[in-house]
This record gives sequence, structure tokens and C-alpha cells, in this order.
Amino acid sequence: MSSQDNSKDNSEENLPQQPEGADSGALSKRDDPFANPGLPPHEHRVQDIDEQAAKRSERAVAGLFTLSMLSTIGFIVSYVSFDIDKIVYIFPIGRVSALNFSLGMTLGLALFCIGAGAIHWARTLMTDVEVAEERHDLDASPEVREEVLAGFQEGARESDIGRRKLVRNTLIGAVAMVPLTGLVLLRDLGPLPGTKLRHTKWAKGKMLINENTLEPLRPEDISVGSLTFAMPEGLSEEDHDFHNEIAKAALMIVRLQPENIKDKRELDWSHEGIVAFSKICTHVGCPISLYEQQTHHVLCPCHQSTFDLTDGGRVIFGPAGHSLPQLRITVNDKGYLEAMGDFAEPVGPAYWERG
Amino acid sequence: MKKLSARRRHPLAALVVLLFALAATGGLYAAFAPADKAKAEEAQTSLAIDEGKKLYAVGCASCHGTGGQGTSDGPSLVGVGAAAVDFQVSTGRMPAQQNGAQVPKKPKVYSAAETEQLAAYVASLGAGPETPTKSQYSLDGKEDAANGGQLFRSNCAQCHNFSGKGGALSNGKYAPSLDGVDPKHIYEAMQTGPQNMPSFPDTVMPEKEKRDIIAYLDKVNGEDAATPGGFTLGGIGPVVEGLFAWVFGLGLLIAITIWVAARTTKAKKS
Repeated sequence: MSSQDNSKDNSEENLPQQPEGADSGALSKRDDPFANPGLPPHEHRVQDIDEQAAKRSERAVAGLFTLSMLSTIGFIVSYVSFDIDKIVYIFPIGRVSALNFSLGMTLGLALFCIGAGAIHWARTLMTDVEVAEERHDLDASPEVREEVLAGFQEGARESDIGRRKLVRNTLIGAVAMVPLTGLVLLRDLGPLPGTKLRHTKWAKGKMLINENTLEPLRPEDISVGSLTFAMPEGLSEEDHDFHNEIAKAALMIVRLQPENIKDKRELDWSHEGIVAFSKICTHVGCPISLYEQQTHHVLCPCHQSTFDLTDGGRVIFGPAGHSLPQLRITVNDKGYLEAMGDFAEPVGPAYWERG
Repeated sequence: MKKLSARRRHPLAALVVLLFALAATGGLYAAFAPADKAKAEEAQTSLAIDEGKKLYAVGCASCHGTGGQGTSDGPSLVGVGAAAVDFQVSTGRMPAQQNGAQVPKKPKVYSAAETEQLAAYVASLGAGPETPTKSQYSLDGKEDAANGGQLFRSNCAQCHNFSGKGGALSNGKYAPSLDGVDPKHIYEAMQTGPQNMPSFPDTVMPEKEKRDIIAYLDKVNGEDAATPGGFTLGGIGPVVEGLFAWVFGLGLLIAITIWVAARTTKAKKS
């Protein structure tokens, strides 16, 4: 508790009573209005007074810890005994996997009992006598400070760092350059993409393969109002780079009435109203195929970018930066749809070097 | 025999022969010609078209035009086919209550027989997909639900969500939930592309693949669909799951903490 001796002030009649014999002299001393009331007297718990109650608490804590142990054993037993595809009905969740349910419940109970036991132990059995620790000044004493400063100056003098400027400057240079090692390691974040972002698997003469049936598509397969997804001929799900390639080459095909197509280039690149657009959003590359067959709008589910397929894939809403790339298609002599080349521009989101 | 040949010159003999000949021809015709049945069916169909036309004139013509050619309030019905009518009318979407972004599902207005008559009339306006038969859409246990799931995720999930719970589209339009939708209606929707949904005709998604998709939806949304992970929380993805964990998980922890701290352990209760 802080001392009240140094709070001196002129007296006033209605101040609280002075403690007896605390001070003497002409001026009466005023009490500190924010005096620390100190701690209330310690009160005991039942367990501190009654040994029986303490025993009961001990048993409760031990019981919780034992229950946790049993639960852990239950976890191991359920892991071993339940089939992974066994389904049981449990109210009110419904039909769930017996294995998942029992693993979750036993592990949850095991952890909860450890926590509950620890709290019960701390609250009823561990000592709860109040302890106050006084704060002290953060400053070191003047003697210590003087001694440290003297030592530092002596070290600086003896090392000649002030006089031998070459040593000092090269040391600064060496320390400043060490972090460059970390900077160079950032190169390991991956090989540079090269021109990979610029090209897809599409090339002149590659047929459009229906992703559902893996058969090449004919123009008569595509009716007005339908939506079809295609991948380039020669790409197989077995390929090790299938996902990298389909992520760029994914194509959606719709048929419009040629008179509805507003964009001249789109009409030139279509075949009898069949247009093929990249399925990758030009904002951050989400697969975009929420095609509304009456408005011919395509909506991206990630950030609501909307593209107009009758107007060259122009962005009409949302954060996308440029139009959906269109693939120029035609029909080969066997009557199948084929590409007339790769996309004219990189598919997907923009990047610095895209231009 | 003699008796018969003796009477062959009887004045009525020619009449008897004629009667026999007529009976034989008629009998043979009745036995071999299927035309009768066809005629009856045709008559029935044209009757259905007539009935359908009457229903159409009362319930549909104000928006779709008197001949189904469409008006500014409703699209043309020429060539939409019987399947489209069956879908729109038996899910209650048509007749529409009002114009709007999208016509919602509601209790149906026409009976099954009336729906068939309407479908027959609209089908007569121009060729289109026919109402699927039970063998086309009903599940016989041979479907590959795993393949259906893959097809659903690449063709349907972008709008209808990966377990068919539906989702939002632009300007108030939405993809409805597929939970509890009749397999026939799912089939018809894929075939005809109702409202803003694109169609998936048999040329790009064959009948078997449509059945696989129906089997997948039955697996994830059907009567005895199981959810191995426990609560589905609406099946609409990780955002809901995270929100649930933060609100209810953290809320429960806070409640327990307050409960523990609010109870004193002291012998003398104050």
C-alpha cells in the first residue's frame, strides 16, 4: 500500500477524519481521496475448511480425468470397430456416418473433461490466497547506468572503431548485405511461367471434344439455348498435366441466332451462330458458366462479373477487366467442329506482361 | 354337296355368295389391318389437341398469343415441345401469376389430363422434345451416381450448387433448389431448358447421362440420403460452416466461461 504521509494540503471542515498520530505540525493533513482500500479479508472456501469437501472435490477432478481417459479409449475402439461407410440414424442430426460421429464425440469428451477437471481443480483445491506484487521503477539506478556507459565508452575506445574507419565501414556493409541471401531464395518460389500464360492446348485443326461424352462435336448437336463444354482433341484425363491444360483450354459453346450477334468479329469467328468462348473469367480466373439462355449473359459466381455473349463477350457488370476471349471455329471436311487456331489473347486474369 | 350344287341357280344364291364374300373380307380386314386402332388413337389425339386448344385459349393465349406465336408478354411456344409444357404446367410455373425476373414454382393449376391436352396442342404447333416416358427418367439401379456427380459438377453445379441447393443469378433471377424435385421434371428441365436455364439436349448429354445425374441428386438429396459429416447446415458451403463455428462454437465457450466465473467457490455466499 502506498504511503499517505506526503499528501499535504489545507484543511477543510468536511474532510474525512484524520488518522490519529499520523502527522504533526501547523497544517492538518488531508486524506488521499483515491486511497487504495487494500484487499478485503481473505475468505475461505468450503474445501479449505472442510476436509470432507476437499476429498469430494478431489474425487470429482479425478473422475473427470478418468472419464477423459475412458473417452480416449472409446475413440480408439470406435476407430477400430466401425466401418468407414456405416450409416446410422442419430436424432436430431439425421443419417450420419457412425465412425465420424463416434470419433467426434469421444475426442470432444476427452478434451472437454481435461479442461473441466483442470478448472474444477484450480477453483476448489489449489490455493486461492490473494497475493499483491508491488510495481517498481523501470529505470536502473544512476550508479549502474554510469558504470554501463563507462564500460561502453571504454570498449569503443579500445576497439578503435572510431579511428579505423575502413573496418567500421566494411562491417556496416557486411551486415547490410547479409539479408540479400534471403532475398535471393525468393527465386525458389517457382520457375517463371515463361509464355505458358499466353498459350493453350487449342491449335489449328483441333476438334472440339464434348466434355460429357468425349466425342467430337458436330454443328447439328448444338441447338439454340443449349450449353456445351468442350476440350481440345488430344487432351485426356489420364495426362499428367490434364488439370493445368484444361484450366486454360476449357471452352463453353452456345448457339445464337446469327442476327442477334452484335459484334462483327464475333460473327466472323462463329459457325452458323455457334460461338465458342473461354470458360475462364478474366478477373481472377474462376470457371464461369452461369449462362442465361434468354439474355445470353454469362455470370461469374465469384465476383459477379457479367459478360454479354452476343457482343463479343464484353464485360457489362463487375470487376473483370477485359472481354472473354473467343475461339475462332469452323467445320472440317468430316463435318466436325474444329478450332482455327489458339485464342487470340491470353485467357484468364490479366498479368503485368500481358500487354 | 349335291344339294348345294342343285341350288346354285336359285335366285337368292348370288345374294348369299355376296354376303359370304363381304363377311370374309370384313373379317380378314378386321384381323389384319391395324388401321382401326391407329384411327382411334388419331381421333383421341386430335380430340386432345382440340381440348388443349380450348384450355390454351382461356389460360395461355393472353401472353403467348392466340396461335402460340408469342407476344411482348410471353415467348413463342412454337417448337418448345410437349416436354416443356409438361414441365412448366405440372410444376405450377405456368400459368404465371405476374411478369418478373423469374416465374417461381407454385401449386399446379391444371390436372394431369388437362396438362396432357395442353401439351398435345402446343406440340402440334411445331416439333419439339416429347414428354419423357417413365423408362427414360426413372431409376433402375443401373445408374452410375459417381459419374452423375461428375457430370453434375461440370454442367449444373455452377448455378445449382454442388449438391443441388440452388443459387443466385443476375437481376433477381436464381437457380432453384433441386431438393425434392420429381425426376421427370429434372429430366424435362435438362431436355428443354426452362426460362433462363440452358438446355442439355440428347446430342450433347445422352439419356443415360441424364439418368446418372438424377441418380446423383437422389443420392445427395433423396429420401434416405446420408450426410456422413453430420449437420449439412443447408449444404451451401464453407462460409456457412465457418459462420456456424464462430457464432455457436465461440458463443458456447463464452457462455460456459461466464457461467464458471459467475459462481463463487467461497464458503460464505455473498
